[in-house]
Amino acid sequence: MADSKRPSILSRNISSKIASIPMALTALVIFIGCSTWTVVYSFTGSKLLPKLRWTGLSQYDRLWGTDRWIVSIENLAIYGFCMLLFSMVVGFVMAALLDQRIRFENTFRSIFLYPYALSFVVTGLTWQWMLNPTFGVQKVVRDWGYTAFTFAPLTDSDYAIYGVLMAGLWQGTGLVMVIMLAGLRGIDEDIWKATRVDGIPKWKTYIRIVIPLMRGAIITALVLVATSIIKVFDLIVAQTQGGPGLATEVPAKYVMDMMFRNQNLGQGFAASTMMLAFVIIILIPWTVYEYREKRRG
Amino acid sequence: MVDTVMTEARGPKPQKAVTGPKIIIYTTLTLLAIYYLAPLYVMVVTSLKTMPEIRLGNVFSLPRDVTFAPWFKAWATACTGLNCDGLSRGFWNSVQILVPSVVISIVVASVNGYALSFWRFKGANVLFTILLFGAFIPYQVMLYPIVIILREIGLYGDVWGLVIVHSIFGMPILTLLFRNYFSSLPEELVKAARVDGAGFWRILIRILLPMSTPIVVVAIILQVTGIWNDFLFGVVYTRPDSYPMTVQLNNIVNSTFGEKEYNVNMAATILTGLVPLLVYFVSGKLFVRGIAAGAVKG
Repeated sequence: MADSKRPSILSRNISSKIASIPMALTALVIFIGCSTWTVVYSFTGSKLLPKLRWTGLSQYDRLWGTDRWIVSIENLAIYGFCMLLFSMVVGFVMAALLDQRIRFENTFRSIFLYPYALSFVVTGLTWQWMLNPTFGVQKVVRDWGYTAFTFAPLTDSDYAIYGVLMAGLWQGTGLVMVIMLAGLRGIDEDIWKATRVDGIPKWKTYIRIVIPLMRGAIITALVLVATSIIKVFDLIVAQTQGGPGLATEVPAKYVMDMMFRNQNLGQGFAASTMMLAFVIIILIPWTVYEYREKRRG
Repeated sequence: MVDTVMTEARGPKPQKAVTGPKIIIYTTLTLLAIYYLAPLYVMVVTSLKTMPEIRLGNVFSLPRDVTFAPWFKAWATACTGLNCDGLSRGFWNSVQILVPSVVISIVVASVNGYALSFWRFKGANVLFTILLFGAFIPYQVMLYPIVIILREIGLYGDVWGLVIVHSIFGMPILTLLFRNYFSSLPEELVKAARVDGAGFWRILIRILLPMSTPIVVVAIILQVTGIWNDFLFGVVYTRPDSYPMTVQLNNIVNSTFGEKEYNVNMAATILTGLVPLLVYFVSGKLFVRGIAAGAVKG
């Protein structure tokens, strides 16, 4: 396998290159090749089988003319906006609270993070049960005597997406907290000393000084949460199956149903290409930012 | 950033007596903790109740007569489709998928990281950059072409096909992990071995891997939880007979046939979450290190 006797420049590169074949195949064939393939076939009229019969942009026309897709995008926008906002704010607050030299810090952190270890399927099924209209939280509160209490988001098509949001936040906020906590711990303690000497209130220090210093951690968390939002699929399948009606349909599920259930491959390819476009829109500003930071040193 | 996770709190100094702000902090944290623990508590108590009791009582009440029958049923006799051997089938499928996937993905990624750190060839960094950006591509974009590739090599629907898929999609983060770890080691180590006549594989196996235990553990944690929790790949690339546990769980709970047995469903849900929970609570801070490593991606 290896040339252990004479490690000339040539042979060492050969070993390394052979060892890197799986990486090269993954990068070139899967990540670039398969993505390109899907984008190319999104311009065809493929139905049950992929066929190179060009139809121009007609798949995209149909996609953006389909109610279900538009609703999926709207749902994703609501879910995504709330998820970003709440997970960032709550995650930061949790991290800041844990950073106050409190007792049981590790216990609290373990409690906030454990849902992140669970799968979306488990998360979705758990919250499906918690929000069950006949037996869940609604019934408990009604039994306490508040008989008019209504809290059954999953059966109400106006609020179902917020039921999914509750589950998503439960699962994902811990991750933001951990990243933010790492960011907070990276801040120089002298800053705290200085602001205390100057008598600046703590909340002001956080907003004016600490948060700007944590840009790196905040952006990392934003990118991670944002890309996970676009991918959301298992959670929906487990918790609501997209219902009631179209109330919790999302783009990823549209893709899956088109490709593997409705035998409408072209639509699936066009929709997944749109998902790729969303990710690129998120990634470009981030990449530019990281690049600039690196150049600045 | 990764290493600072574990240092002690460096926020403003606390006042000595228990004062107003402290009370607010602890109250807020406790309320949050209740929100986070409530679902777990509800799952456990529901799984220990009988169906009549579930219909009468409320989800937060403790079971009056504890029964383990739902757990037994969930594990051994619950039906999905034609199979009535419970979640045990999915569990063993998941184990069969998990073990080779974890081993292969870690072997491949450690070799990648090693080649990228010490034996860089022309174009290696380009491949690595593609790999890192690939981590952000939605899986849906690549799902179908991979179906075709697996069908061509005769592994579509086979557990080994799924193993390959897991190894591919675990590669970006694991390669990054190993590359960063190996790059932090002194280069003299490898240079000296090279002078002594050791080659590519020998240096990796004899010198570097024995000192990589911590990073291998982090990689195992990441992969075990990630692969166990996978649903999408399992649904696309395996047949009903070899569905992983998550897929089978979803089929049991969301089946539209017959009366819903919430206690069995909850027992099944806990059973499926048990493996990652175990990993989480046993590994403790290493789990945090794993996701922190994932967080500095790019």
